[in-house]
Amino acid sequence: MTSKSPAGAGIAAPTVRRRLRGDRRVWIALGVLAAIVLTAVFAPLLAPYDPRAQLDIAHLQSQPPSLAHPLGTDTFSRDVLSRLIYGTRVSLAVALVAVSISITFGTLLGAVAGYVGGAIDAVLMRFVDAAFSIPTLLLLIVVIALWGDISVVSLTLLIAGVGWFTVSRLVRAETLAVRDADYVVAARALGVPGWRILGWHVLPNAIGPAIVSATLAVGNVILLEAGLSYLGIGVRPPTPSWGNIIEEGATRVSDVWWLTLFPGLAILVTVFACNALGDALRDALDPRQLLPAHDDAPFA
Amino acid sequence: MRRYLAARLLQAIGVVAFVTTFAFVVVHLAPGDPIASALARPNITEAVREQWRVAYGLDRPVSEQYVRWVVNAARGNLGYSFSHRRPVRDVFADAMPNTLLLSGLGLVLSFAIGIMVGLLQAERPGGRRDRWLGRILLVLYSVPDFWLALVVLILFAYRLPLFPPGGMTDSVMYEYLSPGAKFLDRIKHLVLPVLTLAVLTAAGIARFQRGALLAVLPSDWMRTALAKGLSWQAAVRHHAFRNALLPTITLFGLSIPAFATGAIFVEKVFSWPGMGLIVVNGIAARDYPLVTAGVMVMSVLVAGCALVADIAVAAADPRIRLG
Repeated sequence: MTSKSPAGAGIAAPTVRRRLRGDRRVWIALGVLAAIVLTAVFAPLLAPYDPRAQLDIAHLQSQPPSLAHPLGTDTFSRDVLSRLIYGTRVSLAVALVAVSISITFGTLLGAVAGYVGGAIDAVLMRFVDAAFSIPTLLLLIVVIALWGDISVVSLTLLIAGVGWFTVSRLVRAETLAVRDADYVVAARALGVPGWRILGWHVLPNAIGPAIVSATLAVGNVILLEAGLSYLGIGVRPPTPSWGNIIEEGATRVSDVWWLTLFPGLAILVTVFACNALGDALRDALDPRQLLPAHDDAPFA
Repeated sequence: MRRYLAARLLQAIGVVAFVTTFAFVVVHLAPGDPIASALARPNITEAVREQWRVAYGLDRPVSEQYVRWVVNAARGNLGYSFSHRRPVRDVFADAMPNTLLLSGLGLVLSFAIGIMVGLLQAERPGGRRDRWLGRILLVLYSVPDFWLALVVLILFAYRLPLFPPGGMTDSVMYEYLSPGAKFLDRIKHLVLPVLTLAVLTAAGIARFQRGALLAVLPSDWMRTALAKGLSWQAAVRHHAFRNALLPTITLFGLSIPAFATGAIFVEKVFSWPGMGLIVVNGIAARDYPLVTAGVMVMSVLVAGCALVADIAVAAADPRIRLG
């Protein structure tokens, strides 16, 4: 798709690439994210213990960090480091899958709404406006609380289902901006079918904002999953996730602090890397460094 | 202006209708009705359950139940909480002032911090101060709400017992304190939750404020201000700042969902008896009417604040007011 992208994107691309390469934030963030992805992939090799094994309920319950257990043990005598490493898999998988789905869906919907316009556009955008004004966490709380125990797959789908609003709005705005550009009009005059105009002439223009949005969304979904797991309605034990390790230590924060501290740091570092990368990408794509004041929600 | 307001009001009504309908649909799609699940005691016979269904109108067509749900919600009748054994409305009436106190103080403080930090950054964009503040903000922006609250709790209530670990008042001594000491006790309980909430939301506000300021810096009137001999700092503080305040009013509306979310976690961590804690405890107790109504009330509040913010922007901005 990119090889046949329209002239506008073609001129901008090398500049963007150069700007990104010169940005230290990009390299640090990519390094951190690569390390986290590798941790998730090679979890069985890295984890010193079985994350679900209750090692010695009599002697190893809630032990502070030591040489044998660098991050301590939890209330079931499980090794926290091993749980954290395996938790990386769960937290990352939920975030990446959910964001992939919602970005794809949101991009398609936004592009179609923007290109076709009319009633479809109006209805969709009113719906997005309405959905925007409800905090995502609240929406998910009602649904999950009522449906009771849900699997990790359903959780991922639910998060994806409430995550496409931002990107659909961004892509729609980009689509509107190029819909009547000369090269689109020319393509239409040549009789190029609508889906092909969308795919080859319209979408490549929207890909930048969509990527920025996706990068920031990965961080947001990690936070969301952790928050839900902390409330006891996200990923359920004994499957470890960064959020539910914290939840398991939440009732004893006064003495078992290591259950809170380490998973939280893992979340913080990962989300920070995503946000730093997202910021860098945005700066590279928009050299004026102007945040559009209205469409750019500071809280997602 | 009038057309804009009408459209905006219509949108807010749409949001409320959407939320109410959504809550109704979710409750009805959930497996099992409240009679079968929430009152799952084996010694209640099916005949009794049937009688209850008739009594609560659960045997009526869905359309009729929906209309009754909307009418009841509009009248403030939000159902009956199983876990509190009293009407949801009464539970909320007790919790709401606590949440408003916490988030009201948090709101004022976070806007004060956020706007100030944004201004400090935008004065010399790209400078050392801007970059360092930016990094700190990005950390705060990336931190999980509940985790920061827990860390604050561990540090300042347990490791260094400077403040009480939770609640609104001292559970034992409060009743026996003098009025002055009572006030002091309340303040002490407020410090950690309010500061945590304020710091969490200030990060987003500062990032936005910096962007808003940078957006107005290349304006013609900024060049005029500099040309007439104002220092850069004075021009930023007196001219750019005032113009950048307009988007900040919009930001007020945009930040309300973050406050609702933040308040849920902060209230849970600090056992602050507000709407967030009530709803979260309702999840564990499987108290569906309470959770659904709580989310509905909070969503309507959020939509209301966004509406107020948009009206305020329209009133303050002549381009919209006269347009």
